[in-house]
Amino acid sequence: MTLDERLQNVAVIGAAGKMGTGIVALLAIEMAKLRAKRENRHKVYQLHCIDVNEAALDGLRAYVKAQATKAAEKSIVAVRELYADREDLVENYEVIGEFVETALGILWPGTELAAAKRAHMVFEAVIEDKTTKVGLLRSLRELCAEDTFFFTNTSSIPIGLLDREAGLGGRLIGYHFYNPPVVQKLVEVISPAGVVPELPEVAAELGARLGKKLFPANDIAGFIGNGHFSRDGLYACQEAERLGREFTLAGGMYLMNKVTQDLLLRPMGIFQLIDYVGVDVFYYLLKVMNEHIEGEELQSDLIDRFFQLGIIGGQRSDGSQKDGIMKYEKGRPVAIFDLERGEYRAFDPKGWTGELDARLGPYPEGYRPWKELLGAPKREEYLRQFFAALFASGTLGAQLAEKYLRHSKAVGQMLVNTGVANCADDVNGVLMNGFYHLYGPINDFV
Amino acid sequence: MNKLRRAVFATAGYNTISMGPGRNEFHPKKPRPGIEHYILEAGRGAIQQIGSAEFIDEAVIGNFMAARFCRQGHLAAFLPAVDEALRFKPCTRTEGACASGGLAVYTGIKSILAETAEVVLVIGVEVQNTVKAVYGSDILAGAAHYAGERKAGHAFFFPAKFDERAAAYFARFGQERTRRAMAMWYAQAVENARREPKAQEYHNRAEDLFALGMTPPNPKAFLPNLNIYDCSKVSDGASAIVLASEEGLARLGIPRAQAVRLLGMGVAENDITAAPPELTELTTTRAAVEKAYRMAGLQASDIGVCEVHDCFTISGLLSLEAAGFVGPGEAPDFVAGGETRLGGTVACNTTGGLIGFGHYTGGTGVRQVVDLWRQLTNNAGQCQVKLRSGRRYGMSINMGGNDKTVTVFIFAPAE
Repeated sequence: MTLDERLQNVAVIGAAGKMGTGIVALLAIEMAKLRAKRENRHKVYQLHCIDVNEAALDGLRAYVKAQATKAAEKSIVAVRELYADREDLVENYEVIGEFVETALGILWPGTELAAAKRAHMVFEAVIEDKTTKVGLLRSLRELCAEDTFFFTNTSSIPIGLLDREAGLGGRLIGYHFYNPPVVQKLVEVISPAGVVPELPEVAAELGARLGKKLFPANDIAGFIGNGHFSRDGLYACQEAERLGREFTLAGGMYLMNKVTQDLLLRPMGIFQLIDYVGVDVFYYLLKVMNEHIEGEELQSDLIDRFFQLGIIGGQRSDGSQKDGIMKYEKGRPVAIFDLERGEYRAFDPKGWTGELDARLGPYPEGYRPWKELLGAPKREEYLRQFFAALFASGTLGAQLAEKYLRHSKAVGQMLVNTGVANCADDVNGVLMNGFYHLYGPINDFV
Repeated sequence: MNKLRRAVFATAGYNTISMGPGRNEFHPKKPRPGIEHYILEAGRGAIQQIGSAEFIDEAVIGNFMAARFCRQGHLAAFLPAVDEALRFKPCTRTEGACASGGLAVYTGIKSILAETAEVVLVIGVEVQNTVKAVYGSDILAGAAHYAGERKAGHAFFFPAKFDERAAAYFARFGQERTRRAMAMWYAQAVENARREPKAQEYHNRAEDLFALGMTPPNPKAFLPNLNIYDCSKVSDGASAIVLASEEGLARLGIPRAQAVRLLGMGVAENDITAAPPELTELTTTRAAVEKAYRMAGLQASDIGVCEVHDCFTISGLLSLEAAGFVGPGEAPDFVAGGETRLGGTVACNTTGGLIGFGHYTGGTGVRQVVDLWRQLTNNAGQCQVKLRSGRRYGMSINMGGNDKTVTVFIFAPAE
């Protein structure tokens, strides 16, 4: 069966969730492109959007409408060609409107798993819990045809394990989108041992059509992205606790968040990133990895405490940031939760956070933040000079940043040495494309 | 009309900021002033210089597509809102696509020549950032033969029309030298705009403009021969100028040193339903320029400063040839040789032109006249050029559609 044929009937399970909605939008747009072709207009295309949350499904159409409109506007040259034979569609807005209607017409929302019965491809984006996923995949195995392919969006659970326990016989592949799937170019692809040969080919072709950058990872819990993120976050927790002995725990966390954003030139600090992903998601990620990786203690009392207090961050359906380890106003952190006091402690540049900033020391002359460097020419050259100047300054900030970079590099190299990644370029590629880092962890800056 | 039967002067010019992508104040998702804001600002900016709107006999407003961009027709009725003294005075709106502003100037001039007015206020306006560029393309396509061309046309309709001209020019006169000249034209436009605080590219701080101009075109997302730097941007803005007879100028009490005198004009129209006879030439522009030269008794070698209609870099080059500054196929070398720069033989688009200053379509023809007035009265600030002794005149070329409606004006210092 060709990919075009498979794309006539697709199902997404967990369609109303954070990742599911994005996957639905991507597939709806791709399927609409096929459906709009003259030769396919008589065919039926169905994208079954299945979720237990009926209310959330209600918002799916609006999300797909917005994303399909954006996609059509962006690729108007190609979309206009699709409708070249339609004399009734003259203006760009008419062409775009028709495309969006086509995408919406493909959606079949529902709460019943049975709707996936005729799907040729099923994407799973349910909660990151092995038991739930295995149960779901088993049901799908019984429901769907024998040539149906399954794609799991798990970010940490070994694929081979899921395949074996669900009895899918190699018809499952790891297809890990990053959040939000419509924006993030990165997809980690994990082909487990025993996967049917056609499936990675279909996955690669689909990725190319979706305009994604596919990075292969091997079937070891956490894969590349979360393999690095989990250890990066744990290290930040340890350092925050260590610094907390001198600066209070909230102070230590503030410092590590500041160092990782400002001095490592990342888009957000490490605790803001954990909030963005969700403290609960990070907690479950560690739990899964701890279960499947031997000889390493992937657990943090700090994260456990936040999780148990129900301080979990994450995002609202409109993409705005919920309060978590930090409190947010207009998407920017304005306070940090002080576990010792049991309340948020507002940032105060003239008070306690100002004093901490002073302790970090001045930044090197000509300092440029992440955003400025994102599209800057000669970035590599700047980074080299910046880190050299930073480390030479010997400030507390420089010391913390250097240690952090060394740890990050060691994690990256470990991912290669233990076979999670095939090479350093894959590790760096995942971090740069999935986490928007300006440089990969395996570098010669340290 | 071979000769001007009366003296016609232009004075008291005013340009608003050309607002749009590139300006620091511009944010596509934040509220912006509407069309009336620009009409009022430009109109009052001109009136303030003549002291009172009581002196004005008549007003003209040029605009292309407010009915679609702003859902607003009947623009002439905005003129009394500029100043109460304009109430019950004759007001007219002109439309000729991107030459709407030029037609407004032309209409004002005709009123003075017809002796139905001694002082005319002319405004040109367009507000286009009300829609995204992808939808704006549909609206601007109305400058072509919509029924005959839009369906088969490109998503980005007008850029594609000039992409065809660029392709033909490349094939006839060589791609590499033309491509480099187009990039130089872009660089020159932005460099000039950086001298003019109201220009859309005033805040442009790109280091290597030529390199940007040489960006390889992307046919999948845009066009095969033009890149985005070859195109003027989407702009909101307005310009105003006061036209006056000898008697009118005296009524205003404006000294001649603060006015420019019209020496000649050429207005030409071509069949919108027909394809251009030759893609590498702007034949209608040439016809209009020749009329203007004839009326003024001048030739290309007399022009020292020129506002050309560079809606695209390639149309800038083609305009130089249509104006007779150089022969066919010679514009790339003329530009590469720096002859169109501020200190060049013919300083072109001294505030950046359509690419650098901005292209609020219905207002561009008026803006060109305002900039010539500033140049010829030595009021051009950082953009001021020193005219060479043999080249003391200024010319504006305003083109509507794909070389279909063209207005050309030649001015001299009034003193």
